[in-house]
Amino acid sequence: MADRLITSAKELSNSEYFYGHRACAGCGGSLALRLAMKVLGPRIFVAIPANCMSATSFLHPQVAFSVNCMISPFPATGAVLSGIEAGARALGLKDYHVVGFAGDGGTADIGIQALSGAIDRGDRVIYVCYDNEAYMNTGIQKSGLTPYGSKTTTTPAGKNFPGATGRKKDMFEIVAAHGIEYAATASIGYPEDYLRKVSKAALCQSTSYIHVLAPCSTGWGFPVEETVEIAREAVDCGLWYLAEYENDEFVLNKMPKEFTPLEDYLLKQARFRHLKERDMEHIVHGRDKKWEKILKNWK
Amino acid sequence: MDRPKIVRYEKPGKVENYPCGAIRVGTLVQDNAGWRILKPVIDHGKCVMCLRCFLLCPDGVIDKSGKILEIDYRFCKGCGICARECKVEAIEMVREGGDEDAG
Amino acid sequence: MPGKKIFISGDEAVAEAVRMARPHVISAYPITPQTVTVERISDFVEDGSLKSEYLHVESEHSAMSAAIGAAAVGARTFTATSSQGLLYMAETLPYASGARFPIVMMNANRTVATPWALLSDHRDSLSQLDSGWMQVYCEDAQEAFDMILQAYRIAEDPRVMSPVMVNLDGFILTHTYEMVDLPDQEEVDAFLPPYRTENRMDLEEPRTVCYASLDEYMEFHMKQEFDMRKARAVIAEVDRDFGIRFGRQYGGLLEKYRCEDADAVIFTLGSVTGTVRSVIDSMRGNGYRVGLVKMRFVRPFPEDEVVDIAEKVKAIGVLDRDLSIGYEGIVFSNVSSSVLRACSAPAMVNYIGGLGGRNISKDNIQEMFLELLRAADGEKGKRVRFVNVGSEYDG
Ligand SMILES: Cc1ncc(C[n+]2csc(CCOP(=O)(O)OP(=O)(O)O)c2C)c(N)n1
Ligand code: SF4
Ligand code: SF4
Ligand code: SF4
Repeated sequence: MADRLITSAKELSNSEYFYGHRACAGCGGSLALRLAMKVLGPRIFVAIPANCMSATSFLHPQVAFSVNCMISPFPATGAVLSGIEAGARALGLKDYHVVGFAGDGGTADIGIQALSGAIDRGDRVIYVCYDNEAYMNTGIQKSGLTPYGSKTTTTPAGKNFPGATGRKKDMFEIVAAHGIEYAATASIGYPEDYLRKVSKAALCQSTSYIHVLAPCSTGWGFPVEETVEIAREAVDCGLWYLAEYENDEFVLNKMPKEFTPLEDYLLKQARFRHLKERDMEHIVHGRDKKWEKILKNWK
Repeated sequence: MDRPKIVRYEKPGKVENYPCGAIRVGTLVQDNAGWRILKPVIDHGKCVMCLRCFLLCPDGVIDKSGKILEIDYRFCKGCGICARECKVEAIEMVREGGDEDAG
Repeated sequence: MPGKKIFISGDEAVAEAVRMARPHVISAYPITPQTVTVERISDFVEDGSLKSEYLHVESEHSAMSAAIGAAAVGARTFTATSSQGLLYMAETLPYASGARFPIVMMNANRTVATPWALLSDHRDSLSQLDSGWMQVYCEDAQEAFDMILQAYRIAEDPRVMSPVMVNLDGFILTHTYEMVDLPDQEEVDAFLPPYRTENRMDLEEPRTVCYASLDEYMEFHMKQEFDMRKARAVIAEVDRDFGIRFGRQYGGLLEKYRCEDADAVIFTLGSVTGTVRSVIDSMRGNGYRVGLVKMRFVRPFPEDEVVDIAEKVKAIGVLDRDLSIGYEGIVFSNVSSSVLRACSAPAMVNYIGGLGGRNISKDNIQEMFLELLRAADGEKGKRVRFVNVGSEYDG
């Protein structure tokens, strides 16, 4: 049970609750799960819908969790979490956390309805979206959180399209618009900030949501050892941001003095390497508009 | 080192003996060592025990329970994040079976 | 609460039974004609007579998923749906059964779109026959009440551990008022003890309840099938015990009515059974040797019982309130495959009727029996007949 804010590796126990999984080497998503469970565990109930994390860690007889866990139907993470919490409440269980880990597709697309329902009911559950910006488990297809210009297997880049053409849904703000008790964005590139946010979510009395950027070297096309670095750069170049929503207010946690060059971030990744000048401009424009709004409206 | 054991899995033999639903967790029957091409080696002389590698290993294979850090090579996939993120460059990624290769 | 008789609808009878079964968690989404059930249950939760967590979910898919989550920690759960709602939750049905969660669900049988319609038929539930759920069909409100209680006993039996869908014909049963005998709570508690299971996640001894199996998927599936076969005996056993305690018994998997010495029988599901019963009574009065087989459970399928019947009669009619477009009635297909195992080969006719709530009259049933009796004498006819559509439309 996390009963205080955790902000450093020192405060984490040596016990691992997510161990021996078969995620790719250097998988950002698996780091996001591992750290969250270290903050919350061991008295937890974990639900994970179909995605890379469940596909690589529930393979009977090798179950890579040492805590209570279950695969949930792909669209239903929020509902399964509510059910677990309601059941545990009805049975009088004490001192536990209910946590879900869904990918960007499982959260922003097929699971958005169940997530919305869970927040609406206000059950005391923690919902973590690990965002690798595509449907990775099924082979890198576009999701509602795939950013503009990203090459995926369903948004190939060619003469006519620069890869994905949609804009990444603002899941954090969509969630906040429910009036949720606590929501935050995070990045595995800023692990201490992420730990703090998970431990903060654990202190909530109702639903909380954490959206953590978790790069995927397989889908994004960068060297495996750079996963954490890329996650950090995403924040530093302004394409991702660290923020919280609490007491009906948005708070920005990290105000970059100056953005690092966007091209550096993009061109490190195979999924963006085809981008043309005007696509880059489009991305810069989108980023700047977003930040204008953030700086105007958030604390 | 304080990391889970690998246990042998025996099939139940008869269909009736298969579980009716729930099973115990934390049963590791197979390591991941075969995935590794490069192997992280910590230079304990250089290591300042900042725990950054322990924090950032996606597989949680760096054990901090002893006086020095220990890597559980049964499950280390050799991704190199630890080496990349160590601020004092105390971790070197060496080729698996490197000696023979070099020779 | 002492036993009493009250005048209530089928929907309300289900709600009353749920109150007495005391599930820990109820999650449901409204759909006509199930709504009265969930409204009544909400009243009971509000007035404190039912101490359950009631989850207001945003869809049927979530209703079942929440029930799965609750069952995953060992809670007794209930949900109710109908028609489009059942199909919307379809993905989650095998999830629940494969995880061996004894969830009980009421389904108010209603046609599925398109064309859009509100009245009753069985296309919704029968489309989910392969989902690993037991399916029982009720004839009247009393049986609906009784079957909710029995369903929990059967589902939670450690030999079975599988979910049950209790089906009520929409409107015909859900909205018709009848006198229903409510037993007292103590008697119900003695019949249905609190649910305890090892098939759950546990804070002291962590477990997983829904996992993946690649190499042994087939063995897990076979285990589920073997346990479902055991359910046949458990259903009979629970029915007998219920009879001893409450004085009402239903025959287990199926009920035979005046089948001894019958030449022709009709298989029914649900509320039409009452009409067939009364036609049989009057035809018997005129010397016709006709009988009724009320299919109660379609899963697990009463294989041996059907074989036994097939060996004793000369003609079998199966009245399907459904149609597997491109073939025939679903119950007919199921019954036929068991009849093949019989040593004799009775004539078989499939009557498709009551789709979208179309009436099936006593005259219709009498005609069926007369046709079946002719078939019993060797007359050849059509395999599939549509009932009450006018001869110009009948196939
Ligand atoms: C109802 C349903 N539709 C589709 C799928 C196939 N499917 C399994 S995992 C997956 C992708 C998951 O993507 P995401 O949620 O982003 O997680 P990731 O795999 O990227 O970790 C899909 C589409 C499914 N399992 N269930
Ligand atoms: S494909 Fe990406 S998200 Fe999936 S396991 Fe591999 S690195 Fe992780
Ligand atoms: S990151 Fe480097 S210095 Fe820090 S603990 Fe690891 S090896 Fe030691
Ligand atoms: S190489 Fe990767 S898996 Fe191995 S210890 Fe380092 S970070 Fe962990």
